[in-house]
Amino acid sequence: MAYTLTVNGSPHTVDTEPSTPLLWVLRDLLNLVGTKYGCGVAQCGACTVHLDGAPVRACVTPVSRVGSKAVTTIEGVAANPVGAKVQQAWKSLDVPQCGYCQAGQIMSATALLTATPKPTDSQIDEAMDGNLCRCATYPRIRKAIKSASGQAEA
Amino acid sequence: MNAPVLSRRLFLASSTAVGGGLLLSFDIEGEAQAAGPATLSAYLKVSPDGKATIASKIPEVGQGMRTALPMIIAEELDVAWEDVIVEQALADTKVYGRQVAGGSMATTLEWDGMRRVGAAGRWMLIQAAAAKLNVPAAELTTEPGRVVHVASGRKLAYGDLAQAAAAIAPPDPKTLALKDPKAFRIIGKSHVQTDTDAIVTGKPLFGIDVRLPGMVYATFVKAPTYAAKVASADLAAAKAVKGVRDAFVVDGGTALDGLLPGVAVVADSWWAARRGRNALDVAWADHPTSTQSTASLAAKAAEFAKTGAQRAARADGDVAAALKGAAKVVSAAYDYPFIAHAPLEPQNCTARVKDGKVEIWAPTQNPEPGRALVAKTLNVPPENVTIHLVRCGGGFGRRLINDYMVEAAFIASKVDAPVQLIWTREDDIQHDFYRPGGWHNFTAGLDAKGDLVAWRDHFVSFGEGETFVRSGGMNSTQFPAGAVPNYLHEVSVMPLGIPTGPLRAPGNNAFGFVIQSFTDEVALAAKTDPVEFRRKLLGEPRLIGPEGQNDSFHTGRMRGVLDLVAEKSGWGRKLPKGRGLGVACHFSHLGYVAVVMEVSVAKGQVKVEKAWVAADVGRQIINPTGADHQVQGSILDAIGSTLHQKITFENGAAVESNFGDFPLLRMSQAPPIEVHYLLSDNRPTGLGEPVLPPAPAALCNAIFAATGKRIRSLPVGDQLA
Ligand code: FES
Ligand code: FES
Repeated sequence: MAYTLTVNGSPHTVDTEPSTPLLWVLRDLLNLVGTKYGCGVAQCGACTVHLDGAPVRACVTPVSRVGSKAVTTIEGVAANPVGAKVQQAWKSLDVPQCGYCQAGQIMSATALLTATPKPTDSQIDEAMDGNLCRCATYPRIRKAIKSASGQAEA
Repeated sequence: MNAPVLSRRLFLASSTAVGGGLLLSFDIEGEAQAAGPATLSAYLKVSPDGKATIASKIPEVGQGMRTALPMIIAEELDVAWEDVIVEQALADTKVYGRQVAGGSMATTLEWDGMRRVGAAGRWMLIQAAAAKLNVPAAELTTEPGRVVHVASGRKLAYGDLAQAAAAIAPPDPKTLALKDPKAFRIIGKSHVQTDTDAIVTGKPLFGIDVRLPGMVYATFVKAPTYAAKVASADLAAAKAVKGVRDAFVVDGGTALDGLLPGVAVVADSWWAARRGRNALDVAWADHPTSTQSTASLAAKAAEFAKTGAQRAARADGDVAAALKGAAKVVSAAYDYPFIAHAPLEPQNCTARVKDGKVEIWAPTQNPEPGRALVAKTLNVPPENVTIHLVRCGGGFGRRLINDYMVEAAFIASKVDAPVQLIWTREDDIQHDFYRPGGWHNFTAGLDAKGDLVAWRDHFVSFGEGETFVRSGGMNSTQFPAGAVPNYLHEVSVMPLGIPTGPLRAPGNNAFGFVIQSFTDEVALAAKTDPVEFRRKLLGEPRLIGPEGQNDSFHTGRMRGVLDLVAEKSGWGRKLPKGRGLGVACHFSHLGYVAVVMEVSVAKGQVKVEKAWVAADVGRQIINPTGADHQVQGSILDAIGSTLHQKITFENGAAVESNFGDFPLLRMSQAPPIEVHYLLSDNRPTGLGEPVLPPAPAALCNAIFAATGKRIRSLPVGDQLA
């Protein structure tokens, strides 16, 4: 089946099975490798992308369900001013260790701050709990989210 | 206090870089390496535009060496960090020496050598400036990126000197003057990790991101019972799946860390390979280890506990007599489960095999054994195997073993295209080299004053005869060895058909838990405060064990971090009901670390409220942002595994398979962590591992303080319900 997707603002046509997860369309067919594979079953958040601004797990999102929704990946998130701010905070606080989870973390944090510009700690927990970081950079992720939202760390 | 373990000689060679400029290659010969003389080296290039390209020789797994080691070179070279370009070195032991991200040894082994690499470059640039300005070199000094003649105020940029410097004979590194640490401009200040920018913008960096022209993707399915052979597989069904190019049976061998039997599916995309795999319907042959289970291993361990140990590994004094004469005897049995590494990037590797040459892009912590394994398995000379080191999405010791590398190379040798092999998460959890489980049967004796007079640990592990399985051994120097007059370390082992290997602070990650938890029980029996009891046990500052030996233990350094963490955590303060403080301290990987945790327990659920860490890893923290990462990451790693993680086995195979049943710590479970470094007059040593071992006991001792429930078996799980 041929599908035309809008990814980071540009149209892309791919020919694949309807059930192919968006993750593998991005990685293997469109060569956008910033979105990561961690578990394949919506348990780690490494594959988080935005569909019309909402965070989804690309590993369990069949390409057939994307439709006309705009796909945003880590490669394109800087076009969103909130995304750019989040990336900047991640950089100044040197959030990553191995870095493998961080694309997903940034996508979830950007979605959080777009919906909730000044999140509380428990809102941060709720929005970010599905994004696992094996290196456990959580203290800095929290700090970076606060910093990007203009809130000083308590 | 500690003599350097390695004495080294540096040999320098210089040449003109492609495109002009100074190119230095430094060979450092390690004379004390057990495996014979190893040649260590690093590269440095100064180009005419003044940029310094510094090769990072150690694989990067998130431990920060791609930043810290180049910082050391840049410091002594005296360049601005902004002018440094870091390049990953190829895997080549003949050129670079030890290239292992493991054992927390990079800082320890490279600190001096990397400084001399930078200092040699600076020396050569100064000589070039002296010739150009026609002044004695002694009148010259440097500021970042420039040689300065103070008397005349003249300055020459490194970039303008690079060409001339390349023609100068390199100095004898031993004669080089190193910077006074007080003058450090780079070392000791936080520098954002080299790849942070690329990571946050989603640039291809990791093994799984490698793309080669014409590359195809592979998946490899192995038997749930390790090393079982393929009985049958529906290859035709797999090949019928759209996009699948090939499917074939791999005979494989029996070594658990080599190429095992299985079925490979190769396709145009990884998802197609995955769908092909689903169609395979593989049946596996019987295997003798299929009777092994968590229950059968535990039953055997219980038998050993009853019948007594197979052998004594260390016997000081007379424990039996001391226990007989003791005023109080405390006994307890501890155990911990197998656990998986689960780095977030699943195992993967990209390989191209053409005309007898093998080229590999591997996220590995330890490339050389991988090269040897690939060469042997594919029957090619090792020099025909090129290994590119790519960033690893986590290591934790898993990528010290190169099973995925040989699989990728073997599959690529059967396919006329470069192949990227990617494991599923299930493959990763079920085919790990697990931190082996273990059992410790402790008995301690106290005299009438409450002093420890006898300590016995009957350790039950895996192996045969006197040989342990990988990472299943225990050193006989674990404190309180040497501090108690009667000390008995006994060992029993049973055979195992499950792969095991090093996990962050191997051995110690479990020994810290059992020893420091049991120490708390003994303190309680002695009616002494846990911190006070440890102080008494440590006694006078002294080195236990021979000078210069890696497992020799300095009681004074441990006392230092213990006192510091007690002070910072407000040890001894009153807490409301349901809350508790726990302390533990442990020495490993040359680092002395003490941890206090505060927990609250409500409705059977543990919440870690805060953790305090005091660490003594010598006189210098190289990159504080990276150091804090390692400390905080280790503490959180330990909290996650202590509370929730275990791998269980049935029919010789792992039961858990993904993050649903092998949970990682989450954001909401991560407490704030206060980090304190005790700078002592000792050489700088590594920080990736030594912080982990005391953490599980600090946590479980805090649980005891909060609830009165002693955790003697990990994980904590629902034991408090
Ligand atoms: S890969 Fe999608 S949630 Fe883990
Ligand atoms: S930084 Fe390694 S998994 Fe998050």
